[in-house]
Amino acid sequence: MARIIVVTSGKGGVGKTTTSAAIAMGLAKKGHKTAVIDFDVGLRNLDLIMGCERRVVYDFVNVINGEATLNQALIRDKNCNQLYILPASQTRDKDALSQEGVGKILDELKKEFKYIVCDSPAGIEKGAHLAMYYADDAFIVTNPEVSSVRDSDRMLGILSSKSRRAELNEEPIKEYLLLSRYSPDRVKLGEMLSVEDVQDILSLHLLGVIPESKSVLNASNSGMPVILDEKSDAGQAYADIVDRYLGEDRPHRFIDEDKGFFRKLFGGK
Amino acid sequence: MSLLDYFKISKESTASLAKERLQILVAHERSSRNQPSYLPQMQKELLEVIRKYINVGQDAISVSFEQDEDQETLELNIVLPDLQPKNT
Ligand SMILES: Nc1ncnc2c1ncn2[C@@H]1O[C@H](COP(=O)(O)OP(=O)(O)OP(=O)(O)O)[C@@H](O)[C@H]1O
Ligand SMILES: [Mg+2]
Repeated sequence: MARIIVVTSGKGGVGKTTTSAAIAMGLAKKGHKTAVIDFDVGLRNLDLIMGCERRVVYDFVNVINGEATLNQALIRDKNCNQLYILPASQTRDKDALSQEGVGKILDELKKEFKYIVCDSPAGIEKGAHLAMYYADDAFIVTNPEVSSVRDSDRMLGILSSKSRRAELNEEPIKEYLLLSRYSPDRVKLGEMLSVEDVQDILSLHLLGVIPESKSVLNASNSGMPVILDEKSDAGQAYADIVDRYLGEDRPHRFIDEDKGFFRKLFGGK
Repeated sequence: MSLLDYFKISKESTASLAKERLQILVAHERSSRNQPSYLPQMQKELLEVIRKYINVGQDAISVSFEQDEDQETLELNIVLPDLQPKNT
């Protein structure tokens, strides 16, 4: 059975697109045929993060409007032949996506793909609504910061009342917490909410912690999802997340401060 | 208290302050999340009616809405003022 994963947050700029690109690549590299869809109509960016911006011909809206077939619009990833990208439209028409149109495309994708990752736009407007409406699983990307945590909780309310599963009284969407841009040393100093703090507030199952990392910018500069940078901390954090999602047992990492950091700070060995 | 201690304490407090504020806010927002949208207006009108008869303050009334598997409960709580001998 295909699964639809929405990557959402409410708040903008917390790392949804970075996460969508990484986990879609991770799932595909594990051999699962995966499609990743950019729902950010008007602000297409997933193509850049995936490094396929120059190969975009047709987009999500073209397919909904019948101007292109799904196969014409899907872009096969250059690094992994199990991964396909469906770019967002750059139209400024906010109503370009309809619930019915999105549903039809997802049904079609479900026949061919194991995982369908939906990169949600920020906010709680139409785009974010459509990205989560058909989801089976929700990855809630949260930063350890007050407004992000609050918005995540808002989003949880929406997932449990406004989704298709909620409306049809089906088993609820499975919700997972991905705590991103985490700095263990700042947590240690009492400047940043800790993993436990955020879990206490949101009571969500923690899928993983992604550290604040320079490798994310490097990855986006070169159009390679950060998970392909296997030596990087963020890349490894995403690889763990994919493994845990697939049911493998991986101890949590990147939660305690980097010993190297303190060694550097105090000149110890 | 050394300067280092001062920084340590003041910084420890911002994250815990954040947690405390969020816990209160999130609890409040969760409880009002599933409330029907007519609730605030209804609360206002109820208060007007009650105040025709009883001299109560603005916050003497609280309305809460709860929902579980098979029923919805509307709880209305009115705090009456202390009994005072009237027009003696
Ligand atoms: N773990 C991280 N470490 C450092 N920087 C990060 C990390 N995750 C994301 N970023 C940076 O944060 C910025 C926003 O990331 P991203 O575009 O993934 O967020 P988003 O939630 O998709 O934003 P939007 O709401 O606008 O769609 C980018 O510049 C990205 O490089
Ligand atoms: Mg984005």
